[in-house]
Amino acid sequence: MAHSGINIIFEGANFARLMGGLWVTIRVALISIAIGGVLGILLGVLRTFHNRLLRFVLRLYLEFFRIIPTVALLFLFYYILPKDMHLNLPAEEVAVIVFTLWMAAEASDIVRGALESVPQHQIESGLAIGLSRNQLYRFVLVPQSIKLMMPALINLVTRIIKTTSLLLMISVLDVINVGQQIIEANQQQYPQGAFWIYGAIFFLYFIICYPFSLLAKRLQRNK
Amino acid sequence: MSWSVIVQSLPMFQKGFILTLQMSALGILGAIILGLVCSLSQYFKVPVLKRIVGIYIELSRNTPLLIQLFFIYYGLPGLGLKFSAYVCGIIGLVFLGGSYMAEGFTGGFDGIAKSQIESGLALGLSTAQLTRYVIFPQGFALSVPALAANIIFLIKETSIFTVIAIPELTNTALDLIGMYYKTNEYLLVLIIGYAIILIPLSILLTWLERRIRYGAFGH
Repeated sequence: MAHSGINIIFEGANFARLMGGLWVTIRVALISIAIGGVLGILLGVLRTFHNRLLRFVLRLYLEFFRIIPTVALLFLFYYILPKDMHLNLPAEEVAVIVFTLWMAAEASDIVRGALESVPQHQIESGLAIGLSRNQLYRFVLVPQSIKLMMPALINLVTRIIKTTSLLLMISVLDVINVGQQIIEANQQQYPQGAFWIYGAIFFLYFIICYPFSLLAKRLQRNK
Repeated sequence: MSWSVIVQSLPMFQKGFILTLQMSALGILGAIILGLVCSLSQYFKVPVLKRIVGIYIELSRNTPLLIQLFFIYYGLPGLGLKFSAYVCGIIGLVFLGGSYMAEGFTGGFDGIAKSQIESGLALGLSTAQLTRYVIFPQGFALSVPALAANIIFLIKETSIFTVIAIPELTNTALDLIGMYYKTNEYLLVLIIGYAIILIPLSILLTWLERRIRYGAFGH
């Protein structure tokens, strides 16, 4: 079986279809990472403010997204948005909303942690030379904390990419869903198709995520 | 929101809840053992094993659990390796968790002050004694925060078991929704189910972290 089974990947339009599915996966990940990242940085800065209520609300938001598994979050939004809020969105957009909010929640905690670990004397020196709060963030806190938060943020990016595998569950036509269709359509000719297709998708994910983890590791070491 | 629907579904959720707990416990235990073995083989630079472990860690950390499960459950039978869904779930969780735990342990072992190891060697401790009395207690204390985060992460990952039809919490909820279409009720119970496991556990682990930190050198 071993030598012929691999042909299932290149049979007909199968390879192009897999790549099409992969693009859907990547698109969801990219949009969520971009919007969620910006949102997360803003929320992270807000979380360093001393307003009690603000801190509490943002903390609650973070813990909500941390405690509930992403599968459950996807279904929550997938079912609740149309049913109780009369917002009928395509599954892919629901997924983007969930991943964006999740990314923002996790990123906000990373940003807060990094901002808070900038040494106190840096802040005091900044204030002493008469910087306003905006200037303090712009010239002191943000540049110094970016180096601290990068490894964790990059790891978060790989987590988001890996979690896009769940898109299948709310029937988005992502790479795994396309893979399933290919396996089923070729069941007669390639009874062991599952081995090759899932194996191929396994490596596709690996090829995408591995450079990010290498980068994160390198940054971590140079810190 | 109807309470009778919720009450009626509770016995089914209870089964799913217990299954989630059981599979998490087994998977986490396996992952900790695998992670410790991997981490030690890297720490002591065991010749061939170190290489294999390095490849395993990268493969496991850079691929999603869902595709790992699909590969084990649907793909491996093509090679004549056939397991029940439960066994696949545990294998998948151990495969995924092992690498995360290994990194957690490695972080702890690397955090031990060099002076500690050198002092141990200067006292004439053998490698086994050094591991038993110096590296283990201090490294373990240092790795507790990472291990705790991994434990929470792995419990949440068990929700993905639903894709290979293991009737754990998430699968129970999705099944019920499919049958009766009471989405709000079942999703609420689902979320509460995870909260019941994860909130006390996360409080417990934070407390443990604080306790055990005194065990680390320098406190």
